[in-house]
Amino acid sequence: MNSLSIDLFTDAIDLVAVLLLALGLKGLSKVRSARTANGLAALAMGLAVVGLLIQLQPSPITWLWIAVGSALGGLAGVLTAQRVPMTAMPEVVALFNGCGGMASLLVAVGVALFASQDSGMVELVSIAISVFVGAITFSGSIVAMAKLQGWLDTPAWTQSSLRHAVNIGLALLCLLGGIQIPAHPAGWPLWLLVGASTLLGIGVTLPIGGADMPVVISLLNSYSGVAAAAAGFVVGSQLLIVAGAMVGAAGLILTQVMCTAMNRSLVSVLFGGALGTAGGSVGGGGSEAGYTRITSCSPEECAMALEQAERVVFVPGYGLAVAQAQHALRELAKLLEAHGVEVSYAIHPVAGRMPGHMNVLLAEADVPYEQLVEMDIINPEFPRTDVVIVLGANDVVNPDAKSDPSSPLYGMPVLEVDQARQVFVVKRSLGAGYAGIPNALFELPQTAMVFGDAKAVLNGLLSELRSLGVGKVAAGAKEKVGV
Amino acid sequence: MSSLSNSLWVLLLGSLLGLELIGKVPPTLHTPLMSGANAISGITMLASLTLLSQAAGNPALLAIGALSLGFALYNVVGGFLVTDRMLAMFRRR
Repeated sequence: MNSLSIDLFTDAIDLVAVLLLALGLKGLSKVRSARTANGLAALAMGLAVVGLLIQLQPSPITWLWIAVGSALGGLAGVLTAQRVPMTAMPEVVALFNGCGGMASLLVAVGVALFASQDSGMVELVSIAISVFVGAITFSGSIVAMAKLQGWLDTPAWTQSSLRHAVNIGLALLCLLGGIQIPAHPAGWPLWLLVGASTLLGIGVTLPIGGADMPVVISLLNSYSGVAAAAAGFVVGSQLLIVAGAMVGAAGLILTQVMCTAMNRSLVSVLFGGALGTAGGSVGGGGSEAGYTRITSCSPEECAMALEQAERVVFVPGYGLAVAQAQHALRELAKLLEAHGVEVSYAIHPVAGRMPGHMNVLLAEADVPYEQLVEMDIINPEFPRTDVVIVLGANDVVNPDAKSDPSSPLYGMPVLEVDQARQVFVVKRSLGAGYAGIPNALFELPQTAMVFGDAKAVLNGLLSELRSLGVGKVAAGAKEKVGV
Repeated sequence: MSSLSNSLWVLLLGSLLGLELIGKVPPTLHTPLMSGANAISGITMLASLTLLSQAAGNPALLAIGALSLGFALYNVVGGFLVTDRMLAMFRRR
């Protein structure tokens, strides 16, 4: 092939890659097409790489380095993806995202250090942007991961207005470095920009509370798209620009969707500080002493109520996943269904540790996703529900959010389980929820607390129900169907 | 300047496309969509490859390029696989 036809060929590959990427991103927002769409996007990336390699025609020594880099990165990626437990998904997405930011940062630094003699202004400005966004994405994502893992706390000084002064100072240093890069492309401004942007990424992420972290990760994900687009300007790749811009913009929309789901505004997430520390004092400490009218009951009583019920709704929270009790819950649901009970799961938009996380965790336990009912749809159903079992959820079922304007949760959309005839709350103790706020649900007359580990309680319920003969009835029902 | 204006057009149209692509997302897919979009943002590996092929035997640049490629590929491979793992679970009924 001569060079013209190679160019045409690689251009065609690029166009197909962009098309597939767009289709992939589109398909990822529908349950039926999501898995295929993910594959399409991966195929598009592979095509783009092949097209680029045909165009670049790397020398043997370059091939060697490409092989080393991709073998290490790819292998680590496969291992991480296979081994990570589903409960740790938020951390892993943050980690991957930080690495993407690091890649853009490294490319820009490499170009600035060694290819700067003939760089034009466009290239230098792109380098500055790529370094800035890449470094913030990297350090911000790593801090987000560390906070989600519990390796980092929220230091007290970050909750004072001092942090705004620190961050504004860092931003000014970034600006100084960025402006000076064209004058000394490989000199001190580059390192100033690298250092100040890295610190700025830490400075803006550290004050944000763990509950808001998913929004931050989603925003940082959008940044890594921007960083990729900037890297596209640096190396002059239009494919990279269009893909980066697409992910950057889509990430912004996704961030907005998540903010809506969590009933938080982006501005208050980014600049408002941690919800827990700000709201805890308002809520009166949320200590155990706050409760006066608690009814507790044994798994036996709970099992008897379940045996009588016609309609049961489970409200799973992250505590369920921590106790690894999803499978026991699924088993209980199956048993009740076989007994003729109508079972569904009420999923709050922020159940789990990031929006949609609980859906993934229950899917892992083979719960059909049709049984997972969104908040807006299940709320009107609670008045005709006989038994609600709350497992490891707390703030998302707090009725104060609707009725008590002085509650820090006031205005947050909640699952209206207090409308049901009977509510059982499975909980280890009377400790407060994530936001440190007491829950009025626990003191309602129709509520009974079942104290214990979620998995132990569920297994207890299973054996109680079986001893009540629920399993046998199920077998009988099956025989009838068979006849 | 025409290549710059071309690139800016590409940037603009790409952003508009991205804004349009994600409209209403069912809550079930929030987590997988985030990790899928995150995998796509690892496309910056194309820049790493370009850098590597322009390194012209400069060992420092080759090392930076390979490191950057490794980070990007970690993001891409890990991101797509973990998304697939999540979505595979939604398939079963």
